[in-house]
Amino acid sequence: MKMMNVAQALGLASLLMLSAYSNRVNAAVEISGKLDIEATVYADEGQFTGQAYRTNFSIAAEPEFYWKWGEGDDSVTFMPFVRGDEHDDERSHGDIRELSWLHVNGAWEFRTGIRKVFWGVTEFNHLVDVINQTDTVDSFDGEEKLGQPMINISRVTDSGIVDFFILAGFRERTFAGEEGRLRSDIVVATDRARYASNDEEKHIDFALRWSHSIGLFDLGAYWFEGTDRDPLLQPTIVNGSLALVPYYQQASQFGMDLQATIDSWLLKFESIYKDSDSDNFAALQAGFEYSLYGLNQSATDLGLLLEYGWDERGQDASSIAQNDIYLGARLTFNDSKGTAILMGISYDADYYSKSMLIEASRRLNDRWTIALEGLLFEADNASDPVSSVDKDDRLQLTLERYF
Amino acid sequence: MLPLNILILNHRLLNYLLRNKLSFNNSSILNAIGLSILMLAVVSTTTQAASDAEVKGLEIAKEAKRRDIGWGDNQSTLKMILRNAAGQESTREIRVKTLEVQGDGDKSLNIFDHPRDVKGTAFLSFSHPIGADDQWLYLPALKRVKRIASRNKSGPFMGSEFAFEDLASFEVEKYTYKFLREEPCAAGTCFVLDQYPVDKYSGYTRRVAWIDTKEYRNWKTEFYDRRNSLLKTLTVSSYKQYGDKYWRAEGMKMVNHQTKKTTDLVWQEYQFQTGLSEDDFNKNTLKRAK
Repeated sequence: MKMMNVAQALGLASLLMLSAYSNRVNAAVEISGKLDIEATVYADEGQFTGQAYRTNFSIAAEPEFYWKWGEGDDSVTFMPFVRGDEHDDERSHGDIRELSWLHVNGAWEFRTGIRKVFWGVTEFNHLVDVINQTDTVDSFDGEEKLGQPMINISRVTDSGIVDFFILAGFRERTFAGEEGRLRSDIVVATDRARYASNDEEKHIDFALRWSHSIGLFDLGAYWFEGTDRDPLLQPTIVNGSLALVPYYQQASQFGMDLQATIDSWLLKFESIYKDSDSDNFAALQAGFEYSLYGLNQSATDLGLLLEYGWDERGQDASSIAQNDIYLGARLTFNDSKGTAILMGISYDADYYSKSMLIEASRRLNDRWTIALEGLLFEADNASDPVSSVDKDDRLQLTLERYF
Repeated sequence: MLPLNILILNHRLLNYLLRNKLSFNNSSILNAIGLSILMLAVVSTTTQAASDAEVKGLEIAKEAKRRDIGWGDNQSTLKMILRNAAGQESTREIRVKTLEVQGDGDKSLNIFDHPRDVKGTAFLSFSHPIGADDQWLYLPALKRVKRIASRNKSGPFMGSEFAFEDLASFEVEKYTYKFLREEPCAAGTCFVLDQYPVDKYSGYTRRVAWIDTKEYRNWKTEFYDRRNSLLKTLTVSSYKQYGDKYWRAEGMKMVNHQTKKTTDLVWQEYQFQTGLSEDDFNKNTLKRAK
């Protein structure tokens, strides 16, 4: 089991210091969290060595401890995460999702420690979201992130919110191991990661972001300078066999996001320009969400989504959203059980491959929810990254217990 | 509609004239002119009566609003108990912070504590008397702030029998009014008035409200759906007065007559003048709300 790496000492120190301090002021700790029980059935055994199974079980826990004091102007949040997976050693992992101290002083916020930050507006790809590394083994959709050590100073002004980040230390991307499903043909040797910078994972990165809401528009723009979250995967002979070694470059990245909220329409646009040692390119993700409210005089809403992803590098892009069209439909029943169904299809206009997702979720009672997710892939072109998961069609049932 | 009214009036007028044996000039032309003048007078009196009801309705709404101006800000907790037709219950718990904005709709921050799977979710709203509100939702699992479309006023709030528009702050401009009558009610005597939503996206053709004549508090509201049939009835109970002026109800019960579902709201721990300001209602405060 891999535990989190260095640099997080910062967060730990602040926690110890502050919990000692908070004890003095009698701050009560609030404990909550969730437990996931997940069962997966694959339509076939996988294509590659180590994938000769059709069912998988996994359990994950994510408790949260929260202290606050001084009328809520100071708080500490600690959220560890741990997962055990039946087959994939890389997916059995732990992380500190959050261990941070928040201090509020009027329009200023000082956030110190390990945190998660989300930027962006689109649904099918989170192009501009750059602060946290993606925990790809934990969730296929890329929405699970690893905690990032940082000092973040935030200031609310009449002309928007300005955020400055000092990102103290780097988190390496997680990749499925040899017995993991939904992986590339060649396994990624995560323990052999290389860096362009001599500081390696201790390199300190910086980011500056401005965001604002003006009438119907919500917009943001940022500059990021530091270790590229997207590694180059370099085929290398490791212990006599071929492996992909992640190589983390230094990059400068400019990004912007924009949403216009007009009546039943959400118009969304995200774009980045990245300049790294090996390349410089632009990419965008843009589209809309249109909602139909109260279908047939019922309480059910239907959201229709269309997005397009583009990357200047074309088929050489490390991103799979290089020339892809996304279609989605979200049914929200607005009942007391919070029932919702989400359907999504992505179509790669270069490789003609398709990925389909159907997800249904519902509350069982005050403590339990259930979700059923189906994934289908169809890829005929061997040079398409999706072809490596062509045999990974699956149905996944997740029970979540909240406490 | 109008021609029929005139015919009826004409008929009534003739009967009236005949019964009272009013003398008219024999000239049928003059007779007709006279009749027409009288008719116009009666018609305009009727229109005057309708507009009196509208004026009185508007005055009551304005007075209710006037008596609730100047509270500044407040904080409270809200417990919702949802019951389906079979009597099965589920609960929601929300903390509510509201800031009064003079000359515009209120700003509010709602923090969800229960059910557990939505704990930590927070909702920021800048409401406007006319037009779309500005609304953002904070999703704690992704740490994501999402601007959401506010057009869905008629949709259920958290799966309850309360629509978003039922919980929105009362602004005079949101309705046109018609005074119907005065009648005895829980608080003594109530004005009964029709409220017609101005917003085309409202789920109602009209609401009928019972407002007491002494303190101008709402005790009961009937909601008529888009087909103008009775959809829901709200009954309000246990008013308490804060700062010697502002009345807030502790209990609200919404009954849906069409689905037989009910939702009870229990408002507690009301605090006024808690020192909230504009600075407490932005995306940063939304993210740290929990």
